[in-house]
Amino acid sequence: MSDTTVELTPAAAKLAGLLPQALEIIARYPAGRSRSALLPLLHLVQTDEGFVSPTGVAFCAEVLGINKAQVGAVATFYTMYKRRPTGEYLVSVCTNTLCNTLGGQQVYDELSEHLGVGHDETTADGRITLEHAECLAACDYAPVVTVNYDFAIDEATPEAAVGMVDKLRNGEAVTPSRGARVCSLKEMQLQLAGFAEPRDGAVADGLAGAPTLRGVTLAQEHGIAVADFNPDTPITTTKPAREGKTTPANPAEAAGVASNKPAADAKPAGDSVGNEVKK
Amino acid sequence: MTQPRREILEKLTPVLTKRWLSPDAWKIGVYERLDGYAALRKALDVHPDDLIQLIKDSGLRGRGGAGFPTGLKWGFIPQGDGKPHYLVINADEGEPGTCKDLPLMTYDPHSLIEGAIIASYAIRANRAFIYIRGEAVHAARRLRNAVEEAKAKGYLGTNILGSGFDLELIVHSGAGAYICGEETALLDSLEGFRGQPRLRPPFPAIAGLYASPTVVNNVGTIASVPYIVLGGPAWWKSMGTEKSSGPMIYSLSGRIANPGQYECGLGITLRELIEMAGGMKPGHNLKFWTPGGSSTPLLTAEHIDTPMDFEGVAAAGSILGTTAMQIFSDQDCPVYSTWRWLEFYHHESCGKCTPCREGNYWMVRTYRRILSGEGTLSDLDTLQDTADNIFGRSFCGLGDGAATPVVSTLKYFRQDYLDYIEGRTAPRLSAKALVGAH
Repeated sequence: MSDTTVELTPAAAKLAGLLPQALEIIARYPAGRSRSALLPLLHLVQTDEGFVSPTGVAFCAEVLGINKAQVGAVATFYTMYKRRPTGEYLVSVCTNTLCNTLGGQQVYDELSEHLGVGHDETTADGRITLEHAECLAACDYAPVVTVNYDFAIDEATPEAAVGMVDKLRNGEAVTPSRGARVCSLKEMQLQLAGFAEPRDGAVADGLAGAPTLRGVTLAQEHGIAVADFNPDTPITTTKPAREGKTTPANPAEAAGVASNKPAADAKPAGDSVGNEVKK
Repeated sequence: MTQPRREILEKLTPVLTKRWLSPDAWKIGVYERLDGYAALRKALDVHPDDLIQLIKDSGLRGRGGAGFPTGLKWGFIPQGDGKPHYLVINADEGEPGTCKDLPLMTYDPHSLIEGAIIASYAIRANRAFIYIRGEAVHAARRLRNAVEEAKAKGYLGTNILGSGFDLELIVHSGAGAYICGEETALLDSLEGFRGQPRLRPPFPAIAGLYASPTVVNNVGTIASVPYIVLGGPAWWKSMGTEKSSGPMIYSLSGRIANPGQYECGLGITLRELIEMAGGMKPGHNLKFWTPGGSSTPLLTAEHIDTPMDFEGVAAAGSILGTTAMQIFSDQDCPVYSTWRWLEFYHHESCGKCTPCREGNYWMVRTYRRILSGEGTLSDLDTLQDTADNIFGRSFCGLGDGAATPVVSTLKYFRQDYLDYIEGRTAPRLSAKALVGAH
């Protein structure tokens, strides 16, 4: 699949510009296992459309050689695949128990009222999609707000959140608390599709906050370290690492089974791969 | 806020968190200056079987919640079977309260990559995947950057450091499904399907990714490996307890003065951790807490001296889980908290099995009724009965996790429920939300 040219039907042709990246994604996975590329491919179609449209479903199905129902079943399972057009920025407020208790629900409610939209809805100017999110794995900064999934406001208040969305709507600069510099939601999807960050300096953005460093800072301030760490501690060995210098360490390779080749049980990508295990 | 005493601070064991203090440790040059990739060189000089034995000797247990012995898991991979082997790292951090893997991958991504290379060499895998939660975009950015840096330096790719060992490492972003933290659902998701759990056996060690032998390990587990290779099992066991060895990152959140990440030897108590964190927030008294995320039975103030290791927490009737300690006070309502957790489980239930899919649907509605001031005494029996029919009868641990806060709050805080039902506590939700709920 990955080394052949894909002929798109009119249903998917609108996304033909994504083909080179799609083939690059498929090439990451073992031969015969191209279906593994489906999640990143769905992220990829969102870089163009901002959501997974019927065109996006057709595109994924055609490049993988599976049917649209198989793609649709996956696309509708995962929260991050949006089913309607999204705004330029996705603002998520954690309202799971801990953030909720510490004020996250109030942040969400006031943002919702200020923007005039509810969960998974987009403002009329197309700038902001609002959602309440489940635990975003930053409980030590609760309540948290993210923009395009990058941590934007820690220990959020309704005022801080309203101030930030107003800036985003007016095109003013917003500096996220711990994430990379803000881009559009579509641009960010490129990360999720597994491509390198194209923006200079964005990988370096975002310093660790005080809560992350609390324990290790206390240890440093009080001169506390784990004693007796000797990186040269020998490893007990019972056999030589390799039989000879040219012999690969991998016995499968030594036995003549080339690595990184399709599995002996390789089957075409499709439902059968998962089902055979599930029975 | 109170100052922690010296003898409490001495319980800190900065190992996995140590490099976080160096703001540029995510760059390979800085990582290398801080002992980085020294463990890999050392590991490639010994036979893979000796590495598996080393990890067994260290007593390392999985950091993702279940605490399974890591060396034993690696040893289950059949060798010389002619099949490709895979290492899959579970970086789908999403258990409510858990926030230790994201900082590790963001501020010290190479430690995970180095651990992944060593683990792959030990189990003889030539391809490894890091399945990272979709929402963790900045951590994924740093990880992908680190993978490219490691490739350029010859730590990944073909003939790594002249050893003849080849490894390709792929960072694969999920798409927002909590269930994918369950290892077999994660494998289905990685194969391009809906993330739904598989029936076991066969276990992933025999038929995992692409029906091939696969080790699935948590981020913290794999990131621990380079330190064990360097310092040795005896040093590793100098931290923690006899059966729960090594350091653990305790994630403290909620009603305490200084929430954050505190790395200590396994077996520390909540009382000690709260002291380390500067005490409770002024005006707050401990009421209930999760030892390891919302899927572990809640504990109360009476459990404050429970040793936080696998055995100690189990003896108190809960689970160590991910050591995500969400701390709630007498100003927080256990009924409301449980309702909000259930909304989460209801949303995240994958729909594969009936107890979890239907049970959570109904429990959420029962909670809404109680919190709207419309509850009845029989609702409590219904909740208990529903939870009992979910727990142990669901396809995977998600159902058990959902039943857990229900059962534990009914056990410890029945009076809080009665106060809503009998009108002593003002309703928290509007009765309008109940339309169609009966």
